[in-house]
Amino acid sequence: MAEEDILSDELLRQLISVGEVDILVGLHTYNNAKTIGQVVQVVREGLLKYFPRERVAILNADGGSTDGSPDLVRAAAISDWRSGSRMEALRTLHSISSQYGSTPSPGRALHMVVAAADLLRAKACAIIAPESSEILPEWTDRLLRPIYREHFDFVMPVYRRHRFEGILVTNLMYPMTTALYGKQVREPRPGEFAFSSEFAGRLLGHDLWATDAGRLGPEVCFTIEALSDGLRVFQTFLGPKGRLEQQSPDLVAALRQTVGPLFWSMERTDATWQTQNEIHPIPTAGPEYDVTTEAVSVDRERLYQMFSSGVLDLEPVLKSILSPATLTQLQQAAKAAEGEFSYSDELWVRSIYEFAAAYHHDVINRDHILQALAPLYRGRAYAYLTENSTASTEELEARGQALCSTFERLKPYLLELWTAQERGS
Amino acid sequence: MGDMIVSELSQAWNEFAHAFAHLLPRLLALLIIALAGWVIAYLIKIVLRSLLRLVRFDRLSEKAGAAQLLKNVALPSPSELLCQLVFWLAWLGIILTGISSLGSASVQLHIADFFLFLPRLFAALFMVFLGMLAASFFARAALLAAVNSDLPSPHLLSDAVKVIIVVLSISMAFEEIGLAQRTVTIAFAIVFGALMLGLAMAFGLGGRDLAREFLERRFSAQRPRKKQEDVLPPL
Repeated sequence: MAEEDILSDELLRQLISVGEVDILVGLHTYNNAKTIGQVVQVVREGLLKYFPRERVAILNADGGSTDGSPDLVRAAAISDWRSGSRMEALRTLHSISSQYGSTPSPGRALHMVVAAADLLRAKACAIIAPESSEILPEWTDRLLRPIYREHFDFVMPVYRRHRFEGILVTNLMYPMTTALYGKQVREPRPGEFAFSSEFAGRLLGHDLWATDAGRLGPEVCFTIEALSDGLRVFQTFLGPKGRLEQQSPDLVAALRQTVGPLFWSMERTDATWQTQNEIHPIPTAGPEYDVTTEAVSVDRERLYQMFSSGVLDLEPVLKSILSPATLTQLQQAAKAAEGEFSYSDELWVRSIYEFAAAYHHDVINRDHILQALAPLYRGRAYAYLTENSTASTEELEARGQALCSTFERLKPYLLELWTAQERGS
Repeated sequence: MGDMIVSELSQAWNEFAHAFAHLLPRLLALLIIALAGWVIAYLIKIVLRSLLRLVRFDRLSEKAGAAQLLKNVALPSPSELLCQLVFWLAWLGIILTGISSLGSASVQLHIADFFLFLPRLFAALFMVFLGMLAASFFARAALLAAVNSDLPSPHLLSDAVKVIIVVLSISMAFEEIGLAQRTVTIAFAIVFGALMLGLAMAFGLGGRDLAREFLERRFSAQRPRKKQEDVLPPL
């Protein structure tokens, strides 16, 4: 997509009136009226506190909100927040709001922010999720300082999560990214992150924007691009990610936003991950791993039932994706009684690698491949919840590392599937 | 009397011999045309097979779901099916051209009609092929959506989608070749109408509680919140 399609004339006029900036903060909104006002105020406080001398702008890319989110961003940015506060900006804090379309699209929103960062020559650009109810003023410093002062290219978050939150991240995205690219990135699909002007320039010329992967999950594409290109990546601990009930439970949408972009990025970077054999730690500020263990009620039986019926009902689809041996094992697991059910690390990793290879070889429509992964995820989630119901934080971390090792150990199997000319050959 | 019979028989024999002598070279020519036609059609088949292999036609068909569909009805692979079709049409075309050059005016007229019919036949076959591809794609999409939404009887939904699309494409194909147009259209209308009526009755009568719950959930001002166990976020 051409830059003129991303930056409308009106937005361009506003950006030109702002001139060059040192720091840009991007917020992509869609009907976030409940939280966005508070988020902007906290961001503003952080910028005033930690970057009082820098030229700063806040850019809101809106996907056609009908609840007045853009107005709230403008109001929060210019309001005399905490009138008693002694914090004052030495420079004007600009706030721009622009609508990129009538339907929400993370890809288009981030494309707009990246293009604006490039145009404004921002030395550092941070993206803040509009629903971050737990945001603190320190987040702006933790995200932007490594870029602005220490010349890192990409800063990613580490969150404090509930131990059963984000099972797709802990069981697939994190271990698979680690095994493939040799960097222990805890949140391969970050909600909040920051990037340098160099990385913005590189992203702007990237072909991800025109693809489904880039439209639905640009954050994962950013992560893989940074890891595969050997950029200077940093992790920073932010604190709690947010309340569980505020996050979307839509599994298929989550698969499209994470696993789809990961598989797509693997194709673009196969020369890198095929030769990557060692795992290196990433410089991190704060703890790398932090989970809470309060009790949470989860209907595991429903997960098991949906796995069981899903695997059996989807046999004709799974047959074209999985090897006969893997499919047989999954079907046996689906027929087992709930108490006897298990989904081992080895079987899980083999299933995921076979899905990745099927996606690469285009065995069926790619979106159908991602959708077919949902029942398998439910089975794995059920097994994870059952096996770790009484596990301590240390035990959870040890099991996570063991899963990383399994992904790494079975990498030759992925390579074999990946390079096969035809499935079955 | 005897001479007359002998004379008639002799005349009949002479006519037969004359006609046979007249026909024999034509039969030989037709045989040669048929043999040459077979060689030409075979060569076309080999070239086509190589071309299809080059463009990975079978892989494309497999991706679209056509290969599985053909396998289900015990037909060969899509590329082999297409090669066979082209081979037989090419050979038949050459033979008919040969017959046309040898035969009478009425035969020529029928053969001309056959050649005029061929484009419509191809269009109809193409419609059926596209219909099968669409049926396979949308049936799979329906199956996945039903399974992931935890709907009951996902295969029933998927098969219904497939049947509707296949029946629609076949009725369009029949209409294209002008065969039993009204019958096929009425048959399609009956199948489609019956299916919709059946679904409506099943939902309205069999699932009254489900329907009420669905409508309440959909239109109620205060929708019930999902339980925590249903909203454990994957990300």
